[in-house]
Amino acid sequence: MIGWFRRVWENDPRKDPNAVVYFLLAIFAVLFPLFASVVTGGSPNFLLSVAGDAGVYVLLTLGLNVVVGMAGLLDLGYAAFFAIGAYTYAFIASDHLAVTPLQTTLHVPFWIVLLIALFVAASFGVILGAPTLRLRGDYLAIVTLGFGEIVPRVFKNTSTWTSGVNGISALDTPELPIWFKGPWSGDPLAVVQNFKIFDPLGYYVIMVVLLVICVVLVRNLQNSRMGRAWAAIREDEVAAAAMGVNTVQAKLLAFAIGAAFSGFAGTFYGAKLSLVSPENFGFSVSITVLVMVVLGGMGNIPGVMLGSLLIYLVIFMVLPSLPDTVTSIANAIGLTGLTQASGDFPGIGEFAARLKFLIFGLILVLVMLLRPQGLLPSREREQELTKGTHDDTIIEDVQAETG
Amino acid sequence: MATTAPATSALLELRGVDAFYGRVQALHGVSVTVGQSEIVALIGSNGAGKTTTLRTISGLMHPANGSITFGGQEITKTRAHEIVALGICQSPEGRRLFPRMQVIDNLRMGAFTRKDKAGIAQDMERVFVLFPRLRERMTQLAGTLSGGEQQMLAIGRALMSRPKLLMLDEPSLGLAPILVDTIFKTIQEINAAGTPILLVEQNAVRALEVAHRGYVLETGNIVQTGTGKELLASPDVQRAYLGM
Repeated sequence: MIGWFRRVWENDPRKDPNAVVYFLLAIFAVLFPLFASVVTGGSPNFLLSVAGDAGVYVLLTLGLNVVVGMAGLLDLGYAAFFAIGAYTYAFIASDHLAVTPLQTTLHVPFWIVLLIALFVAASFGVILGAPTLRLRGDYLAIVTLGFGEIVPRVFKNTSTWTSGVNGISALDTPELPIWFKGPWSGDPLAVVQNFKIFDPLGYYVIMVVLLVICVVLVRNLQNSRMGRAWAAIREDEVAAAAMGVNTVQAKLLAFAIGAAFSGFAGTFYGAKLSLVSPENFGFSVSITVLVMVVLGGMGNIPGVMLGSLLIYLVIFMVLPSLPDTVTSIANAIGLTGLTQASGDFPGIGEFAARLKFLIFGLILVLVMLLRPQGLLPSREREQELTKGTHDDTIIEDVQAETG
Repeated sequence: MATTAPATSALLELRGVDAFYGRVQALHGVSVTVGQSEIVALIGSNGAGKTTTLRTISGLMHPANGSITFGGQEITKTRAHEIVALGICQSPEGRRLFPRMQVIDNLRMGAFTRKDKAGIAQDMERVFVLFPRLRERMTQLAGTLSGGEQQMLAIGRALMSRPKLLMLDEPSLGLAPILVDTIFKTIQEINAAGTPILLVEQNAVRALEVAHRGYVLETGNIVQTGTGKELLASPDVQRAYLGM
């Protein structure tokens, strides 16, 4: 442990933007409950709940980053695995199976379902990947797009098993076998058994723990032999095969690991919402996660985490509250006339509501124009875009090499 | 293996290999042998089938007829990554480096099939001694290197697999003449250290100067074979490839 700290310190983490971002994210995660409590004057539950949902997207982004950022496989149907994870939890951790032909119920604990969902989602990743990963680039994207459309539809239309559009509700609440109550929750100090995690703080803590585990996992993967093999496949698949990489196996593994993260996220999402419905796993989820990966900085773990948090903030917080915000700004600066509908103009609040997605689009276009490498790119992409890569020998090089 | 041992002690032996791209036949009964510690040159003009020969050996494509054996083992239908594991390493045409990976990671990729960390470190050092430029540029992205440095890296990467047979495809392509000298000198050094080399070149003179033996390919057929000196002196070769 001490050795690890020393190594980190000797590398001078202040020079490494990634280390800085990891550090800030960690501090932010720890202080966020306190912060939420202070800004809302003691009722942080709403903000904590939002943070938990944002965490779901961070998990999804981390997983898709393995597939798209590290191995370079364009997956447009990533939400399918998310759905599979969520439905896995719904099937085996609720009373739902009683209304299916099975006529029985299963209540597997949340923690075990996390592992089960991981394997189920990863298996579906392999099932989809095995026949399709021989395809390249655009073709793979189309096939995954199809898969992403098929899975929610299957859940929607096999109503005898999944209750169709109504979804499955009343999923089990995660339980901890032992928990300590104390002054921090306003109770006398006591040991509680079979503690049900109801409050958003509990979900927040679970999510932070999940994220820490996943970040450590993907970081190690990226720096491993397999991580290098993925990078090599992304760069040049034929050359990677010539180096002795079993490319089909490596791509399958990337797909399976990406899917596994999505299964994680799905289980958490189902448990927190206590409801799954086929409407929640559409194409827009796949695209949102992809946008988060690209905009954050493809292939760079802290980059995509930052990207997913910021995009989440914009999509789910800034844009929905935009009409209210502009209305109150207009009122505050004395332009009350603008807030009223007149003629074709619907009032600035409604106007902003209609322009929501145009504004979102503009934000994306602007970011990609100003920072094509992403908000926090990997060192590789940064160097590529600043120095450029070339394949020709120029005169200075010849002189440098021979002189 | 009840059959009789091959008459020669060849490390690599192609016997009557036919290969196709779709319906187009690219190789017609090509037979090539590479012995232990030899440099063998494969020369010929564009489209003669030099690269195709290498591709069939390294398993990137498979022959329709004929057989390929390596160290006595049949590898005609073996897949590419397994052939690398057997010890045949190809530095492909156009170098095919991983442009957005660091120089050192490109070298590590060369040692992908190996597990012996000490040996890998030792070979890395050997590559850096052969090509000191690569040590200076260790953490730079391969795509930002100059053409000559990229060729050095391609050869270094191939060496990292500690190959029992090194195959080089057009190592002098697109390099300044003075760098070509360096590359061919290095090829001889690598061979002197005990690695047999199968060399594919359009630069026939330079290739035959360093090669122990050579084969001349023409439209997928082997039309002539002999020692490097014999081929250099051969009137046919001189007329066709050396412009004399």
